[in-house]
Amino acid sequence: MWLRVYALMVKEFLALLKDKRSRVVVIVPPLVQLLVFGYAATFDLNHIPFAVYNQDPGPESRELVARFTGSPNFLRVADIAGEAEISPLLDSRKVMLVLNIGPQFTRELSAGRPGPVQVIVDGRNSNTAAILLGYVSTIAADFSAEHLRQSGAYAPARLEVRAWFNPNLESRWFLVPGIVGLLTLLVTTLVTSLSVAREREQGTFDQLLVTPLKPLEIILGKALPGFIIGFAEMTAIVLIATLWFHVPLRGNVATLYVGLFFFLFSSLGVGLMVSSLAVTQQQGLLGAFLFLVPSVMLSGFATPIANMPFWMQRLTLVNPMRYFLVVIRGVFLQGTPFHLLIPQLWPMAVIGLVNMTIAGFLFRRRLY
Amino acid sequence: MSAASRMRLRGLVRKECSQILRDPSSIAIAFVMPVFLLLIFGYGISLDAERVPIAVVAEQPDADTAGLEARFDASRYFAPVYMSDLGQAEEALRAMRVNAIVHLQSDFSRRMRGPGGAPIQVIVNGTDANTARLVIGYVQGVWQSWLEKRAVERGERLGAPLRIDQRVWFNSELRSRNYLVPGLIAIIMTLIGALLTALVMAREWERGTMEALMVTPVTMGEVLLGKVMPYFVLGLGGMGVSVAMGLWLFGVPLLGSPWLLLAVSSLFLLAALGMGLLISTAAKSQFVAGMAAIITTFLPAFLLSGFIFDIGSMPPVVQAITRILPARYFVASLQTLFLAGNVWSVVLPNAAALAVFAAVFLGASRRMLRKRLE
Repeated sequence: MWLRVYALMVKEFLALLKDKRSRVVVIVPPLVQLLVFGYAATFDLNHIPFAVYNQDPGPESRELVARFTGSPNFLRVADIAGEAEISPLLDSRKVMLVLNIGPQFTRELSAGRPGPVQVIVDGRNSNTAAILLGYVSTIAADFSAEHLRQSGAYAPARLEVRAWFNPNLESRWFLVPGIVGLLTLLVTTLVTSLSVAREREQGTFDQLLVTPLKPLEIILGKALPGFIIGFAEMTAIVLIATLWFHVPLRGNVATLYVGLFFFLFSSLGVGLMVSSLAVTQQQGLLGAFLFLVPSVMLSGFATPIANMPFWMQRLTLVNPMRYFLVVIRGVFLQGTPFHLLIPQLWPMAVIGLVNMTIAGFLFRRRLY
Repeated sequence: MSAASRMRLRGLVRKECSQILRDPSSIAIAFVMPVFLLLIFGYGISLDAERVPIAVVAEQPDADTAGLEARFDASRYFAPVYMSDLGQAEEALRAMRVNAIVHLQSDFSRRMRGPGGAPIQVIVNGTDANTARLVIGYVQGVWQSWLEKRAVERGERLGAPLRIDQRVWFNSELRSRNYLVPGLIAIIMTLIGALLTALVMAREWERGTMEALMVTPVTMGEVLLGKVMPYFVLGLGGMGVSVAMGLWLFGVPLLGSPWLLLAVSSLFLLAALGMGLLISTAAKSQFVAGMAAIITTFLPAFLLSGFIFDIGSMPPVVQAITRILPARYFVASLQTLFLAGNVWSVVLPNAAALAVFAAVFLGASRRMLRKRLE
């Protein structure tokens, strides 16, 4: 049996690697994309262009403006002299934030009353706007605390915030391990789902069915190249993530690879299932796509699963990527030991097994 | 265009149409996919965290700690779990059952009355840095409201020296759906445009029908035009479905002119179809074309278009890369057209960029498509 599986595997590799274009398309884009996306994917904003409309001549407002100007998150690009200039700047996206300090600011503050400040942000991208408002309130809180301290007052309790696992709260540490999972999923699913669809379209799959190969052996022969490519690609990507992006790898590498094994098992299972349904490569591509896009978007890669409506959270339970992201982030950032990750591993095994069984069944039944 | 050329073109379009009707996957790409994707994304993507599980540990419960705990209970952002032991809470944080710990030490009440005030220790799980920041912000909010309530109860002056009035223009409630849906439409159309055409040329090469076409009098320009026209109509149909869902299902306002939207979408669609055709012409095999189409469209459109990550915060090299993505310009135009109206200073440059892309992609496909065999 293994001899036949081996033969099919060799043939799969030849089909994949003998053509220069397909060799390039499997190897180069994932690595280039990791580099580009690693830099692009961050929720941390910096150099946000903002404008100042300071109507107050006093020292307190200058102090507040200086806190914004001094922050690496903000870049002061304009000073405004009148109300009418605000809207053209925001409309044309030249600035994302306008800081409008009322004329009585210093006077109110020294009288012990709250100083009026208006903050206008561009809400066209509400995600950025929400993060932006968070930065603004941090600066405001610092300013308030400093002002209170100088006037001799103190609050009865103060916050001391610490972040575990990621002390500087760099979102890159969270997103780069996610990209590792993303790219591995993309390449392996595409390779398997298109390879069977191609054989079907060209008619060579019928020939495969009349050979002594059993469905299980066909599945193994089709899936193993995906495994090998997945492992190789993942190794390269993990090296880039740790050595280039300096994402800490705190856990056990063996745990990571066990997680990868289960992940590939499940995603290849889905890939084979999709391709067993497809008759043409276009259908295979569409199927792969209809699986890939939701599994990326609903995996918790960029937006947490906990924020979704309840029924959609239920839906993500059949998404292998969801489990793998927990594994890979846990191993990278938290050094999670193996036994705590078992609840993530068995669902992937079940998903893989179910899909491979269906694929094996359909390989025999669906002939055109 | 001569009468003969028109006739040949009509023939090509008719052939393409019956091929589209024969294999339902093209129609599925154009009409089923936008519905499916918009539903999933519209409901599934949200950065608004609510009812975040946190552990509140009061080592010495008394009236002061109860006052603070009551504020956490009242906040819609938190679902607090009360624990008496810090070790237990830390274990819950490690196992990701809670996102943060609020720790009040046993001398909390005593130090509150002493100089300097009492510390409230907050430990957040920083793995998901963005959520962690949100949680810290929410904790600050709860802390502030507790301080104010306390001050009012004791007849003291309010502590906060700043009164910040936040205005969010174009999307006053910060509804993430309002900005997500226009962005999603742009991304979905990128995918659809490329997927529709990525395989069509490669298929002709692979099946050998390209050689058959070469011996006919059709010119390669006519072949290209014959491929673009039917898929352009399909793509516009998909766009229509997406916009209709955005307006009536998700309730996103369309402040700009529908005609301008149609014009910008047409330009974008030509660019997207052109890109698919270029991939298809260059790849010559459906396998490579399919891989290339997905790899060059899906993730770049998702991550680099400014849809979810802010382009201005990326390093200059990556910002330069985003300039060669048509999706970037389409996302910016759609967000503006939907939420801000006909702002010409945004729409015109973006539309011009899209026109350039359409011309470059279609022109390059035309150049690569020669009546020649290798």
